[in-house]
Amino acid sequence: MQDPSRLPAWPDAGLTRVPFEVYRDPGLYAAEQERLFRGPAWHFLCMEAELPEPGTWRTTHVGETPVIVSRDRQGALHAFENRCAHRGALICLGEGGRGRRIQCVYHAWNYDLEGNLRGVAFEGGIDGAGGMPEGFDKARHGPRKLRAAAWCGLVFGTFSPDVAGLEDWLGPEIRARLARVLGKPVRLLGRHRQMLPNNWKLYVENVKDSYHASLLHSFFATFRLNRLTQEGGVEVDESGGHHVSWSRMRTDRPNEDYEKADLRAWKEDYALADPRLIRGRDEFGDGVSLQILTVFPTFVSQQVQNALAVRQVVPKGVDRTELLWTYYGFEDDDPELAELRLLQANMVGPAGFISMEDGAVGGFVQRGAAGAAGLAGVVEMGGAGTESQRGRATETSVRGFWKAWRAVMGL
Amino acid sequence: MSGLQDAVDGLFARYAMAIDDDRLEDWLELFAEDCRYRIAARENVEAGLPVSVVYADGRAMLADRVSALRRANIYEAQRYRHVIGRALVEEGPPVTARAGYHVARIMREGDLMLFSAGEYRAAFDEALRIREMTVVYDNARIDTLLALPL
Repeated sequence: MQDPSRLPAWPDAGLTRVPFEVYRDPGLYAAEQERLFRGPAWHFLCMEAELPEPGTWRTTHVGETPVIVSRDRQGALHAFENRCAHRGALICLGEGGRGRRIQCVYHAWNYDLEGNLRGVAFEGGIDGAGGMPEGFDKARHGPRKLRAAAWCGLVFGTFSPDVAGLEDWLGPEIRARLARVLGKPVRLLGRHRQMLPNNWKLYVENVKDSYHASLLHSFFATFRLNRLTQEGGVEVDESGGHHVSWSRMRTDRPNEDYEKADLRAWKEDYALADPRLIRGRDEFGDGVSLQILTVFPTFVSQQVQNALAVRQVVPKGVDRTELLWTYYGFEDDDPELAELRLLQANMVGPAGFISMEDGAVGGFVQRGAAGAAGLAGVVEMGGAGTESQRGRATETSVRGFWKAWRAVMGL
Repeated sequence: MSGLQDAVDGLFARYAMAIDDDRLEDWLELFAEDCRYRIAARENVEAGLPVSVVYADGRAMLADRVSALRRANIYEAQRYRHVIGRALVEEGPPVTARAGYHVARIMREGDLMLFSAGEYRAAFDEALRIREMTVVYDNARIDTLLALPL
């Protein structure tokens, strides 16, 4: 592995400069797998609603590492590497399963739902020949285990024995904001999977970047779903790694800063033939129509009006990223709200009116920075710090991401 | 039956050519006013999960999708090339059909990939306009983004 300390020194401008190598350097990518994904951070695994019954499991990833997350027969959550202790094959090939044991197809070694090796086929050999040596101790062989914990129906895991508990990791502000959009029993609506042609960090930065939202996504701004002139803000936690950006419906007026900026967004003659799509319901009773939240490093929770989803960002190589969207509503949704969620799902996802651009824009940076070793991007909107700010014409939460990333990476 | 078979195959051919020629406004004309159009992952369809990548309840909503592509959304220049298999037609009423498709996507600089494969599940009105269309895509992942309809 390339030593990441051989990277050119970080530009001497605090958090306001980001060297382009961070998106392209294979040695750094490998170091991230070890220091961040198998290091002291909690990573989203799945929703509890995806493991509704005892004795079930499903597959997921922490960074590139394949992981099984399970609910045992007593209802407790567990997570362990999806790698057979024998020859390293995937223990579970599909999306998941149910039962008392998970069995590897290669040589039929099997595991209980806590990830303990329970059975070795022909352990005693056949007719006294072959078999494992006398002293082979199954308890000493098994896939690496993660600590697993849940908050508001979201299951997280960490390989680190040292990192603080999940609730401390999230902190009070993030816990409260997650509880706001996950406070009731959830009904799963489906999943979408998208491959992005860029480093995983470019997608996470994009989610944290409230500055671009009404500039790149002109659908958003045209219909006043999210304009920077609306009441709103960006909260960044102390570590810098987690953030919430939010805005409140119908609190903005035509603003001359927008007109001066000559935005594509400003198209007064453009109207929807069927506006049902953008007529949201104030289901949480606080008028907040947009809440985008990240948990460092790769988890996103999204409320875009009544389109609720969580997103998991999965690195698949230095310039490939899988994005998994899991859409949900609540068990007590009335039929009208249930239909509204399906209509508003048009705004998000791989074909979303306000999210399709995000699938491509990371690739634009990945390609644009191809010859830019030694150069750095500028992240200076809203100053140089990572404090929470009123208004969203700021990159404070992007700087926050780099603060947390550099701390865990030691760069 | 062969007349109906030809008519349905012809409709799918017009559907494909309208998209591939970037005549999305002509494509809209193939739908009934009260149509429902969805693009849905096979994974969700098979699990009975209702969310779609694209969902239009009525032709007006479908027209909004087209006008957003023309006027609001930002995406790199691209086009599709459809190949649609012979439809499996049920006389009904209503007339329904299934047909397999492959869609290649060609980017501005000429890069071509097999972007999607799947099937159309359609139901038609008496005038053989599309009343219901679910595009069930088999590819688990959508590469980069889905802008144009499948």
